[in-house]
Amino acid sequence: MRTIGLKLFLVGQGAFGQEARDNLTALEELFPDYQFDVDVIDVLENPERAVEDRVIATPTLIKYTPLPVCRIVGDLSDRERVISALGLRVRENSNADGG
Amino acid sequence: MSDEGNKRLELEKLPSGIEGLDQICQGGLPKGRSTLVSGTAGSGKTVLAAQFLKAGLENWGEKGVLVSFEERPQDMIRNVTAFGWSFQGSVDAGDIAIIDATPVAGEVIVEAGRYDLAALMARIEYVVSQTGATRVAIDAISALFPQFSDHQIVRQELQRVVNGLRELGVTTIITMEREAEDGQIARFGVEEFVTDNVLLLRNRLEAEKRRRTVEVLKFRGTAHHKGEFPFTIDEQEGITIIPLSAMELVQRSSETRISSGVRELDVMCGGGMFRDSIVLVSGATGTGKTLMVTEFMKAAFENGERCIMFAFEESRDQLIRNARSWGVDFEEAIEKGHLRLICNYPESKGLEDHLIQIKREIDDFKPSRMAVDSLSALERVSTLKSFREFVIGITSFVKLREMAGMFTNTTAMLMGGESVTETHISTITDSIVLLRYVELHGEMHRGITVLKMRGSWHDKYIREYLVTESGMAIKEAFQGVSGILAGNPVYSYRDESTQLKQMFDAEGEG
Repeated sequence: MRTIGLKLFLVGQGAFGQEARDNLTALEELFPDYQFDVDVIDVLENPERAVEDRVIATPTLIKYTPLPVCRIVGDLSDRERVISALGLRVRENSNADGG
Repeated sequence: MSDEGNKRLELEKLPSGIEGLDQICQGGLPKGRSTLVSGTAGSGKTVLAAQFLKAGLENWGEKGVLVSFEERPQDMIRNVTAFGWSFQGSVDAGDIAIIDATPVAGEVIVEAGRYDLAALMARIEYVVSQTGATRVAIDAISALFPQFSDHQIVRQELQRVVNGLRELGVTTIITMEREAEDGQIARFGVEEFVTDNVLLLRNRLEAEKRRRTVEVLKFRGTAHHKGEFPFTIDEQEGITIIPLSAMELVQRSSETRISSGVRELDVMCGGGMFRDSIVLVSGATGTGKTLMVTEFMKAAFENGERCIMFAFEESRDQLIRNARSWGVDFEEAIEKGHLRLICNYPESKGLEDHLIQIKREIDDFKPSRMAVDSLSALERVSTLKSFREFVIGITSFVKLREMAGMFTNTTAMLMGGESVTETHISTITDSIVLLRYVELHGEMHRGITVLKMRGSWHDKYIREYLVTESGMAIKEAFQGVSGILAGNPVYSYRDESTQLKQMFDAEGEG
């Protein structure tokens, strides 16, 4: 089980916030080998958190572990990009099975 | 009634506190609105933005928020500290907050889907309410665009930020980079949104000198002065705008007469110069212009008054030596604190900077008289337009401070003729004294005449004068000669016997 530390900044009632959350949940289901440690932050309720991480756009997903830190902007609807940016891989043995 | 109605329609303005800006904006920036400041790289946008916050805090205790898209807060603080502004202190005291909106170094940003900039607005709103700020400066939003692929979204989101700031009731300056001095107002089509108020900063190369100007392109629903106004950026004050054509002729006019330092010249002027008037002394090289300035200074410091001289042709040592040869001790006057000599090469800086220096020295020293020797040296290093602006600027300043001023002008022709300086400033100065070489019977003589003396009778003769060990000595009027000013004297003796008699008389004297 590999843990991925994530912060998801969004506007709770915003148009893209719910979509980002849904897309992230779908991703979790797709990669059961990973432990997604997600901290969801509503920038309107906790703007100081956005200050801390210098967030400008919403939604923003920050992967802080494992390194390197990576920042994904958008509602995560472009799944391929999210997977490659987070460096998610299908389990080794299933890879071997496929090959 | 209708006046009051108009006033109500007219947007309220917030004085920026930046010298000269409020004059050209007729009161300040539209209060509670955003003003776009656009200019090419190095045009002074960031300085203006930072100064807007600093001036608000210093003058009215207004707190400010700086949103930086281009420079890290520590770089920003370091840069403005170069202007002697203790930004760090204001930040520590909680009077100015900096929002770091720069991308995080080394972090990869991936776009995956749709987004907005709600977090940016949330941060601004949060920091503004935390500090209680009434002023916001956003520097430089152009740096935001390369971070995102869809510029349309960024534009649209910035419009939301501008609307949000308006709801917060803060007065905002937004800087934006421009690609060239002419053409599009700002990059990335930004002028399409914050279009209500636009200031343009320009930085052109003219006659090998940088000429900075600011123009109020538009203020929606409120008045402002039109056209470009020169400004300077220096380490002491940051931006100083010279609001030339916006200057008003409000100087009081004094009836008090003061001495020019030469008794006979005072008589020729009908009893001396007016206390707050400006005299232009014009003549060819070697006619005695610097001597007149020296006499003018001496008349002040001998009375215990302070005077200041800006020299652009001679060094300090040369001036002191010259004065000594005319029996005037400059060194003693300087030691006593009655005289200040400022010597500069005209080429050392642009005219705008010279003007700022002159103003500062005057406000620091508070003299009752000032002299510039010579204006024509400055004319050499500038364009005609800059020169004219400079002369208007210095003249109105001298009058505002109710000082007496003497400017010298070197004419190109030995015997007569006029120079650009004369044509350009003769209408601005109150009095004009001409010094001319006069050739009489194969000898060079010097002639002086008062060409103009505003508000007073003056002597209409052309008189001979001598430069002696004790200064200037003005003699009788030239008799029987005409055409001196034109540079070709014509003798008009009544008969030969008069001429012969005069020649023998002259010999007898010698």
